[in-house]
Amino acid sequence: MSTTPDVVITGLGATTPLGGDVPSTWRAALAGESGARTLENDWAETYEIPVSFAAQLKVRPEEALTRPEMKRMDPSAQYAMIAAREAWADAGAPELAPERLGVVVSSGIGGIWTTLDAWDTLREKKARRVLPMTVPMLMPNSPAAYVELELGARAGAHALVSACASGAEAIGYAAEMIRSGRADVVVAGGTEAAIHPMPLAAFAASRTLSTRNDDPAAASRPYDTQRDGFVLGEGAGIVVLESAEHAAARGARVYARISGVGLSADGYHITSPNPDGRGQVTAMNAALAQADIAAADVVHVNAHATSTVVGDLIEARSVRTVLGDAADRVALSATKSMTGHLLGGAGALETIFTVLALHDRKAPPTINVDQPDPDLVLDLVRGEPRTLPDGQIAAINNSFGFGGHNVALVVTTA
Amino acid sequence: MAYSEQEILAGLAEIVSEETGLPTDSVSSEKSFTDDLDIDSLSMMTIVTLAEERFSVRIPDDEVKNLTTVGDAVAYINGAQG
Repeated sequence: MSTTPDVVITGLGATTPLGGDVPSTWRAALAGESGARTLENDWAETYEIPVSFAAQLKVRPEEALTRPEMKRMDPSAQYAMIAAREAWADAGAPELAPERLGVVVSSGIGGIWTTLDAWDTLREKKARRVLPMTVPMLMPNSPAAYVELELGARAGAHALVSACASGAEAIGYAAEMIRSGRADVVVAGGTEAAIHPMPLAAFAASRTLSTRNDDPAAASRPYDTQRDGFVLGEGAGIVVLESAEHAAARGARVYARISGVGLSADGYHITSPNPDGRGQVTAMNAALAQADIAAADVVHVNAHATSTVVGDLIEARSVRTVLGDAADRVALSATKSMTGHLLGGAGALETIFTVLALHDRKAPPTINVDQPDPDLVLDLVRGEPRTLPDGQIAAINNSFGFGGHNVALVVTTA
Repeated sequence: MAYSEQEILAGLAEIVSEETGLPTDSVSSEKSFTDDLDIDSLSMMTIVTLAEERFSVRIPDDEVKNLTTVGDAVAYINGAQG
């Protein structure tokens, strides 16, 4: 009799504004550090951009990659490669048939540095100077393809794009690859490298960025009454997903399970979430149904919460709608307060935080919340990490993207 | 200003080293781009693009297939200098 495989997480990798790997990133998150800093360049003056800060990588990629690798990959692929190598090693570099190994790595924006550099070259020096590697570097599936080549994966390599939900959607799709029997192991996550003056100006034009230029570390403040927009971040998070059977057979360490994946779309507006939260509720309910757990089992939510005035509260009300009275016992964490918003990398990094929160039984704090919004209907973890209960527990990681994409992942203890 | 053959070899070795990760002193005149340096066609076109800019010469696509060794490229660039 065939049964649907359970999906477990056996490897974690990241490079983020808080650290060059998962252990340093997680330590900084538990300590409540901010990754946002004033940019050491003149973009704000030169281009009259109203935002002069961002959450850049803590460790530059050239410290982890060779020069040819740096030249051959757009920064979005560089970050993914660093995170993928860490995750693969962390999982113990499982040996399996290449046809059973898959890759799903997303980027919300794609190879924007390569795209714009090539455009500058074309305008200044004409077509003969445009480098032959431009297309394979700018294409949005480039990070997935490079990880696929690195590992020799042949079950499939995919790059799902859904703006700021991309990283979570990648992990959700990877879980489905295992459940449907296409693969035994899938390396999945998200990456972004869009701290460039053009996207910075464009996000500022959409009035979604914080302009707290005099205090970057305090700018990302989800659920605080003084929040004024998100902080642009960069980096990558990659996990190794594996069928529980495959992981057990090789004696792998299991961090947690991906028990439910819920997807929906708002069908409402190109940038604004639907104020009634219906799409978010649909995604969370679908994830809980697939996980086959009760609302009372959910003790932690890693919120999408980007620190925008409207978005944060819609999500909190949606969580309350889904969990009902059980929401009173949920420890809510908004880790973008520390990392900034990694766009296509966000959902993957926050899945890693959610997995580690369950594994270590510690919900990370939300920083910069001096005055919680009076309309916040959930218990926000502030200041110190919160200890989570013993026994079998579950958490939800929410990710939402421009376009009305909603992804909810239910993570449960191993 | 024209470059000497030695300067062209040194410059080409830097470009090849950046592209492949091989040390510059391994990029000597007798080495074959494909057989010795493991350079594929896309990398070769990258090297040609960078060499054209560095030495202010034009290397037509039709000529690239004749550049078997590093020495062939040095000679072509030397001859193409205005």
